[in-house]
This record gives sequence, structure tokens and C-alpha cells, in this order.
Amino acid sequence: MRAVLRYLRRNPSLALGVALLMAIALFVVVGSLVVDLEDARPLSAPTLQPPSQDYPFGTDRQGRDLLAVMVVGTPLTLRIGFIAGFIGVGLGAVLAFVAAYYRGIADTVIRGIADIGLTVPGLLVLILIAVSIKGTLTVNQMAIVVASLAWLYPTRTIRAQVLSLRERGYVEMARLSGMSGPSIIFVELLPNLLPYLGATLVNAVAAAILASIGLEVLGLGPIDTPTLGMTLYWVNFNAAMINGWWWWWLSPTVIILTVFLGLFFLTVGLDEIANPRLRKSA
Amino acid sequence: MSAAPILQIDGMCVAFDHPRGRIRAVDDISFSLLPGERLGLAGESGSGKSTLALSILRMIKPPGHMEAGFVRFLGSSVGDLNEEGIRALRLAGIALVPQGSMNSLNPVARIGRQIADAFVDHGLRFGDDERERRIADLLAQVGLPANVARMYPHELSGGMKQRACIAIAICLRPKVIIADEPTSALDVVVQRQVMATLARVQRELGAAVILIGHDMGLMAQFVDRLAIMYAGRLVEVAPIAEIISRPHHPYTRALIGALPSLHQRGALSGIPGLAPSLHDLPSGCAFHPRCSLAVERCHGERPALRETDGVAVACHLA
Amino acid sequence: MQLAYIARRFGVFLLIVWLAASLNFFLPRLSCQDPVRAKLLQQASLGGYVATGIEDMTREYEHRFGLDKPLWRQYVTYLSDMGRLDFNYSIANYPRTVRDMIADALPWTIGLLGTTTLLSFGIGSMLGAMLAWPRAPRWMIWLMPPLWALHAIPFFLLGLILTYLFAFQIPLLPIFGGYSAGAAPGFSWHFVGDVLSHALLPALSIVLVATGGWALGMRGMMVTTMGEDYVVFAEAKGLKPSTIFLRYCLRNAILPQVTALALALGQILSGAVLVEVIFGYPGIGTLLFQAIRENDHFVIQGIVFIVIVALGLATLILDIVYPWLDPRISYRRT
Repeated sequence: MRAVLRYLRRNPSLALGVALLMAIALFVVVGSLVVDLEDARPLSAPTLQPPSQDYPFGTDRQGRDLLAVMVVGTPLTLRIGFIAGFIGVGLGAVLAFVAAYYRGIADTVIRGIADIGLTVPGLLVLILIAVSIKGTLTVNQMAIVVASLAWLYPTRTIRAQVLSLRERGYVEMARLSGMSGPSIIFVELLPNLLPYLGATLVNAVAAAILASIGLEVLGLGPIDTPTLGMTLYWVNFNAAMINGWWWWWLSPTVIILTVFLGLFFLTVGLDEIANPRLRKSA
Repeated sequence: MSAAPILQIDGMCVAFDHPRGRIRAVDDISFSLLPGERLGLAGESGSGKSTLALSILRMIKPPGHMEAGFVRFLGSSVGDLNEEGIRALRLAGIALVPQGSMNSLNPVARIGRQIADAFVDHGLRFGDDERERRIADLLAQVGLPANVARMYPHELSGGMKQRACIAIAICLRPKVIIADEPTSALDVVVQRQVMATLARVQRELGAAVILIGHDMGLMAQFVDRLAIMYAGRLVEVAPIAEIISRPHHPYTRALIGALPSLHQRGALSGIPGLAPSLHDLPSGCAFHPRCSLAVERCHGERPALRETDGVAVACHLA
Repeated sequence: MQLAYIARRFGVFLLIVWLAASLNFFLPRLSCQDPVRAKLLQQASLGGYVATGIEDMTREYEHRFGLDKPLWRQYVTYLSDMGRLDFNYSIANYPRTVRDMIADALPWTIGLLGTTTLLSFGIGSMLGAMLAWPRAPRWMIWLMPPLWALHAIPFFLLGLILTYLFAFQIPLLPIFGGYSAGAAPGFSWHFVGDVLSHALLPALSIVLVATGGWALGMRGMMVTTMGEDYVVFAEAKGLKPSTIFLRYCLRNAILPQVTALALALGQILSGAVLVEVIFGYPGIGTLLFQAIRENDHFVIQGIVFIVIVALGLATLILDIVYPWLDPRISYRRT
């Protein structure tokens, strides 16, 4: 524990990132104990109330208690990010290892698809997929949709890392001593890549959250679920800015801000672990 | 040729601040260079040779700094020069041919342009024709065809790149050329070409050369005098013939002894042990742990560089 | 050598275009949705009249839109349509063609994206380079933390914040639309000024966020470049600091930056789409937003196709420009 705290002091980014994310987690946990989650539904409160004793975050036009909405919506948004991020990195890592280790036709195909896929703006393809699906999406369906593109970038970056590691001496030794491909991947390559995979994962989660919020703001999200992005959609739909209902957009904005800043600092902190050259000397 | 040294180094110390402590890459080095002379500077990797070269040109960057010492070029102190002065001195007075010529050329600029840069920034303005002519002349001096000026570094072979670096180094007719391991990455045939080029331009310019390296054979063929460095310190300075036939310092003796000879047969002798880490230098004489002649005194007292009859040695037993 | 390189890149571009078109074609059909019927039903329910004759209307519209032919035939027709940039009619705004609608909106987006990308890349790279240079003015260091923090958030989020600050707290700038209602479009100074004041906040949202990213990247690249052997030699040559900075460091560090730009174009566009939606800026983003709301599939598909093609084209141009920047490339088989 001591060692962990000491390291955090040397790596302020990591500390800041963890702090911000823990603040969000705390908000959600404490909030769900204190607030009646049913109030996140429409018509649970008088509409368009500015923040007050009863409604610390105010209420929206459909009568939702915004504090409840934030407490319910934040984990939903984060869940999409995590599911999509994990699937993305998981799939990406598998494809990257196969491509980089075995090379040949597998590499050409995988790399080709990833390269072309990355040229295309992800949000637009997601929009295309989302409108092609009948009806509106549930939270889990959104996660799958986002995951369908989330593997592209991780595949590319992990592949580059594996390619450079592959040429190292110890891998050659393992190969010469007759270790099979998959065991080399798991025993030699994977452990050395863990910090890098961690940083990639955080990145992927951030990107997935961004993609899901993007889809929601455009109105393609789960329409009756109070996620953060949907709240912003309603803010836009009801021209809340012009009408002066400032509290409506403030809470989701602040929370999204905190989440992204937290993930960003976490990434920087993890990068420093992953790339020893960046480490500041004691 | 007058007898006044063109370059004089006095008690130079260069230190680097490392988390584990301060290390001295160059420890109390003094020597002088006569006009037109060829001085060799030999030693193992990590003995401080390149650091010394950079320090002469005041190019040591943090976390390193020159702790002590004077550098005098043509009698005036280099340390007293301001920004403009030291910039003017570089290349025009003292030129460095850096280690690793493979990467010493700007990859996105043509060779001719990299020579022209030196002209312009040293205040020389030529008309287009004059400039092209001068560049072609320089390239001819190093044995490269004139069309190299229009080429990019990646289009040249290793030997050609090295010779291009020499061309840049001599373009302002310096009085001193410091060549830092100019042939390390090259095969022997190309090595010979490059060394021949260096010898020729040095003669034509009448410049003095400091040749830094670790190839004793190369030194023997090229230099007039040789200085041997070990762990940042000078251990012997003597005329080359003297060093080859009668090395005084045990380290020098071991280095010469390790050279294969055409006439002898038998096993090659090496030097036991490893060069010491600069973090953890032995007390007294830095070489004593690996020296077969070491006595009690060597362990405790650091030997000073003493000169007799043109031969300087830092050894208690010399 | 060079021709083969260009030909290969162009081939990749065509591949992307074909993939985009096919994606557009097959995805909606996978879910067996019938956009025409859906739209008609929607309008019928709005209008309140009975759904008789809906089947006949559907069939007629399907015939008009060519939806009653066999699949492979539709595909071929579709591909040739895409080639001629014929995206069919807008279902929601019939008889306006999709192409006209996109043609109206596209210049706004190109204007916004083009200038903001160039500005943020240019300013960001220069800033990043100077931050890495030890002789840079000291006050620049203070720019780092805010830029750093800013670049982590999505464009549209900053857009929301800026809207609040500048349109409410300090009511300076308009927060909606491309130009004031009732303003007469034309090349008068007044109109241009109007357009610019409307574009300022959306542009700021993008520039303030993106600049930080480019600055950080460039700073990293400069630090790496400054450690290279050729920079050491440049210094030993007694070159002026400005020469070393510009011709030896910057000139080399910019290369990976340009590559990063090519890769980031898709992301920048996605972010810009959301910014346009927030500000009601009359570009592709808002058009897309409305099309989603109205279930206007042809517009959506047309936009997605055009955007993919445009990005593919931009990447192709950057790919072709790159060897000019880095002479090592044209001689290498990539």
C-alpha cells in the first residue's frame, strides 16, 4: 500500500486520473443510496425547477429529477464504454497478436481491414448501423454497436508493439527452443505488453464512451433511458440554452468532463508506466 | 610551422549529474596540439573520448557540465567567448566530424544544401554559381562526384556519407579537425578510402587533427602522437613509434600486446576484467584492479601524468 | 517508382469508395426495413387519415425509387448511381434531391472544418515545437496545462460551455445557425461579418480543443528529433539556432505529425458533426441530424457516402504530398 502511494506521488497524472474517476464512482455509489432512483423517470417531479433544497440538480422539462438522472445515467454510460472498450481491446489484441506473430496473409488481411476502417469516420458508420437496426437500441445493444468498430485502433497499435517485441532476443530464444506459437504469445509476449494493453484499454474505453455519447446526442440512443448523452439530446431538443434552463446541461456536462479528464490523466499515467523512457527519475 | 600549440587543454573535467551520483566522464585531462599535427586519442568505449571532443566545442548539455579546465585556441580562451563567438569558432576554427556519420546528415536536406547552410550561417554569401563551384570543389577534395550535391543522404553509401561529413567539416578551412571514430561503422576497404581522404585534406589544409578511436592499428597508420585514455583519465601520451615499440603504461602495453601480428603465432592476449563503471571507480589508479604489476601504492594514490623526454605517463611504476 | 506509389494509393482510395457504397447498400437492407412504407405510415398517422391505399402508394413509390427490382440489379444500379453522385430523392423532403441538399450544406462544413483544422494544426505544431526548444520565451510554459486539459474533452462539450459563457453570461456572440434569420445571403461585408460571427463559437470549440493535441504531439516529436545525431552535427557546424530549429528539427519532426493528421481526419470530422448539431450550424452535421430525426435514409446514406469519399480523397492527397515532404519515402516500397 505504501509503495502504491509513493508511486502515485511520483506519477501525478496517474494520481489525478484515479482521483477523478474515484470521485465519479463515489458520486454514483453514495447517490444511489441517498436518492430514489425512480425519480429518474419522467413526471416524478415538477418540471423545469432550478436547483433547490428538494432538487439539488434541478428538474428537466419532462419532470425528471436531474440528480437521480445523473446517478442512474452515469453508470449506464460508463457501462457502454467499458463493455465496448473491453470487447474492442480483447478482439483487437487477439487479432493483433495473430497478425504480428504469424505475419503472412493473416497480417496483410487484418492490417488492410484495420487501415481502411480507420480512414472512415467511425461515428458515421455507427450512425449507419444504428439507423439500420429496427427500433431503438437498448444500452447493451449500443455497446455491441460501438464495439463493432472499437477494435480497429487497438489492433493497429498493439500490432505495432508486438512487431517490435517479436524481434527481441528472448522471443527468438523461445522460438528456437521449440515453444509453440500460442505459448510464446502468452508466456513471453503478453506479460511484457500488459502495461501497454492497460493504457490501450483506457483509451478504448474513453473512445467508446465518446462514440456512445455522440450517438445519443444525435438521437440514436436508447430513447427512454436517462443516460448522459440522452440528457444532452433532450437539452438540445428543447433548446434549453436559449430558454435559460442552465442547470439542465450543467450536471451532465460536468460529469462528462470529469470522466474524460479522469480517463485522460489515467492514460498519461499508464503511458509513463508502459514506456520507461518517460519515467521521471526520482 | 611555429612551435606554439594551436589548441591547448588544461585540466579539463566534465561531470554528469546522475540520480546515483555525480560521475566524471573527463577527469583532469591536459594536452596540447601543435599546428598540422596528428594526435590520436584512444581508449575503450565509455572512456570519455567523445565527451572530451564535445566539451572542447562547448557542446556539453545538461545534465553534464564542464566542471573545470581551460581550452585555448590560438592562444585565446574558448571559455571566454560569447554565443556568437563560439558559434563562429565551430567549423571555421575547430571542426568536428561526429561519431555515427550514418545519422549525422539531415535526412530531408540535400548534401549541397547542408554545406551551403554552413556558409550562410558563418556570414559567407556567394552568388549561385560561386556557391555551386565551391561545393563541387569540396566534394572533389573528398573524392565525391559533383552530382552528390543534389542527392539526399539516404541515396549515399556509408563511405560516401562519411566523406560528405568530412567535406562539410573542411568547408570553412578549419585549423583543427576533430574526427570522432570516423570509420567505426565501415568495412576495411572503405575505411582505407576514408582515412586516405582525411589524410589528404589535412595535408592540403595544413590543419591539425585529433583522431578519436579505439582501433590501435588505425592509429598506428595515421597519427604522429597518441594519447591513451582510461576511465576518463589520460594514462599515456607519446609519439606513435615510441608507443608501439616501447609502451610505458601497463594498459598501453596490454593494448599493444592484444594486436595480432603477422609474424607471431599463438593465442591472442586480452586484458582481463572489464572497464570500470564511472559510478564506481577504483581508488587510486583506475587501472590497478586489472593490472598485473599493481602494488600497494597503486591502490591508494592516484598517479599524476609526468612527462620525460616527450613521453607522458601516469603510472607509479613507469 | 513514383507512379507506382500514386497508383497504389489511388487504388486504395477506389477500394474505400466501393466499400463505402456497398456498406451503404447492404446495411439497411440487412434489417429488412422498408423506408418508404415506414415514412408513408408515419405521414399517414400525422395526417390522421385512414391507411387505405397505403399499399398502392408504397408500391408506386418503390417503383419510382427502384426498390422493386431484384437485389443484384439494384446493386448495380446503385453503384452506377453512386458513381454519378446521384443519391436519389430525399424521402422526407421530396422532391428535393439528396444531392442538392448535400451541396447546400457541404460548403459550410468544409469552410468550418478546413479553417479550424489548418489553424489548430498550424498553431498547435508551431506551439509544440517552440515548447520543446530550450530557448523559447518562458511564458509559453504557462500555456501547456490549459491546452493539455482542454484537448482531452470532446469538441461539442467545449461548445456547450462556450455557448453558456458567451451567449448567456456575456451575450456577445450568436449561438445558433449559420447566419441571422432574415439576413440576405450574398457577398456583402455585412453578410460575411454575420457569417463569421456565427461561425466563431463553433470554430473556437474545435480549435481550442484540437490545438492542445497537436502541440503535445509536436513537442514530443521535437524532443526526439533534437536528440538525433544530425542535430548534434548541425550544432557542431556552428549553425544559427534559428536554422537548426527550422531546417533540422522542425522540418523532420513535422513528418510524423502529418501522418497523424491524415489518421485523425475521421475523428475530427466526427467531432465537428456534433459541434454543428449543438450550434445548429447549417452544415453536413445538422443535415444528418435532421435526416436521422425524419428517418430519411437516402439523405443519411448520401451523407455517409460523400463524407467517406471526401475523407478518402483528403487522405489520398496527403499520401501523395508526403513523399514531397520526406524524400526517403518515394524510393521505398510502403
